[in-house]
Amino acid sequence: MGITKEEVEYIARLARLEFDETEKEAFTHQLDKILEYVDKINELDTSHVQPSSHVIPLENVLREDNVKESLPRDLVLANAPKKERGYFKVPKVIE
Amino acid sequence: MDYEPVIGLEVHVQLATKTKLFCGCRTTFGAPPNSQTCPVCLGFPGVLPVLNKEVVELAILSAIALNCTINPYSRFSRKNYFYPDLPKAYQISQYDLPLAKDGWVEISSGGKIRKIGIIRVHLEEDAGKLIHEDSGSLVDYNRCGIPLIEIVSSPMLRSSQEAYEYLNALKDILRYLRVSDCNMEEGSLRCDANVSVREKDAEGFGTKTEVKNMNSFKAVKQALDYEISRQIDLLEKGRRVLQETRLWDERESRTHGMRTKEEAHDYRYFPEPDLVPLSINPEWVNKISKRLPELPKDRMNRFLKEYGLPEYDALVLTSSRDLADYYEECVRLYNQPKVISNWIMTELLALLKEDGIEITQVKIKPEHLISMLGLIDKGVISGKIAKDIIVHMFRTGKDPSLIVEEKGLVQITDEDEVSKVIDEVILENKKAVLEYKSGKTKVMGFLVGQVMKKTEGKANPQIVNKLLREKI
Repeated sequence: MGITKEEVEYIARLARLEFDETEKEAFTHQLDKILEYVDKINELDTSHVQPSSHVIPLENVLREDNVKESLPRDLVLANAPKKERGYFKVPKVIE
Repeated sequence: MDYEPVIGLEVHVQLATKTKLFCGCRTTFGAPPNSQTCPVCLGFPGVLPVLNKEVVELAILSAIALNCTINPYSRFSRKNYFYPDLPKAYQISQYDLPLAKDGWVEISSGGKIRKIGIIRVHLEEDAGKLIHEDSGSLVDYNRCGIPLIEIVSSPMLRSSQEAYEYLNALKDILRYLRVSDCNMEEGSLRCDANVSVREKDAEGFGTKTEVKNMNSFKAVKQALDYEISRQIDLLEKGRRVLQETRLWDERESRTHGMRTKEEAHDYRYFPEPDLVPLSINPEWVNKISKRLPELPKDRMNRFLKEYGLPEYDALVLTSSRDLADYYEECVRLYNQPKVISNWIMTELLALLKEDGIEITQVKIKPEHLISMLGLIDKGVISGKIAKDIIVHMFRTGKDPSLIVEEKGLVQITDEDEVSKVIDEVILENKKAVLEYKSGKTKVMGFLVGQVMKKTEGKANPQIVNKLLREKI
């Protein structure tokens, strides 16, 4: 395996997390250990097993197109740190 | 050197359902901000999305009409990114197993028919809307979770005109299906374009840019034209095209490169664990295909054959399903296909355009239009008066015979009455009468005009012509 420190930095950046050097070293080591452990599964021969993305044997769970009342707006915005004229307000972000 | 553009379009279409993709919130356009949201579409912890059956069926219907193969097994994936338009920090979309693939639509290009390939059709949820102000960004999550299909064309389009034709073909088909109103201004249809240029007949592709932010079909065409000539210009100068996303600026009529971070987007797609897979068997597809109406191209061809209309008439009349229905209802009531086409094409469509309304909003009922044509046939009104009457019908929705009565527009067919007026006209226009007698037959038109003027257009033109000739 071998997770590099650069990979940890990249993943941290995608997750918007900031670490100092000691943490980066520690996470590199820990992630490496975790992946090594999960890698054990590769010892199994799965060449005759269908790939699956879900563990429960269900498909097509559907609902009819019927309206359900939405949440009252004061409740929608109740936990918003900032709001204005019925909108959530966030720091200015232009991608 | 000769260059050719290579264009592929990604079109997002909002499906016309009452509720969102994964929750029962309404999809009404223009509702107050955040009034159509709930814990599911706001991404609260512990909630579970449940797929809207009607969304799946409208998407399958669209895929059938776009000649796609429906995947018997498809699933949803999470597309991860941080941006305030997405409260969950991921969008539920489809990735490796989309709903449908490998379709095509026909467009006409330079007088020829071309089949434009469709790579895939997949389902996904829309994101919220941001309004940027100086003091911060305002977020409205009403759009969040609205059902969309994304239709990805193959990079087969070779001009901005072809791209425009392709968009119109898509719109016509999807509106016929009533799966979407395809209104770009309201955002129910959005289009991103991938564009590159290459030497004519070259094999490979040039570096592409992705152009976004066009809000009308015309803007798509303009943005493509701008981007194509910008890229050719760079190549001519020996420079490179940078792979980037560019935004169309309507006011300045140009594209701007977007400031992007160095690293490419890494969306880390993975299968959505909260939704079970979608399995679509042939029986389901068959059942849905029964909802498939006659599509615009087929209907146009039938209009050509069945009604003997000129190609242009057939094209215009079948451009919308409602207009074609209106026309066919009229023809059913009065078997004069070309006469009806003329009245709809010249008078009715002009009135619709003037008021900026659709045929579904028109007050003139087919049976009223037909009874107006009947009045012309019976000689009660002239074609000229009918042109005034149709305007009144358009404004009021009244029965034409009622309008004729109220306005005293009945045609004068009584020869004695017409004769009296003609005598007056002959007396008042001696010079013209002499000219006519000396062989200037063109003057006849002028004299007829004078009679019509005196009778406020009500004299029957055939009778006027006949009597004038007799009298001079």
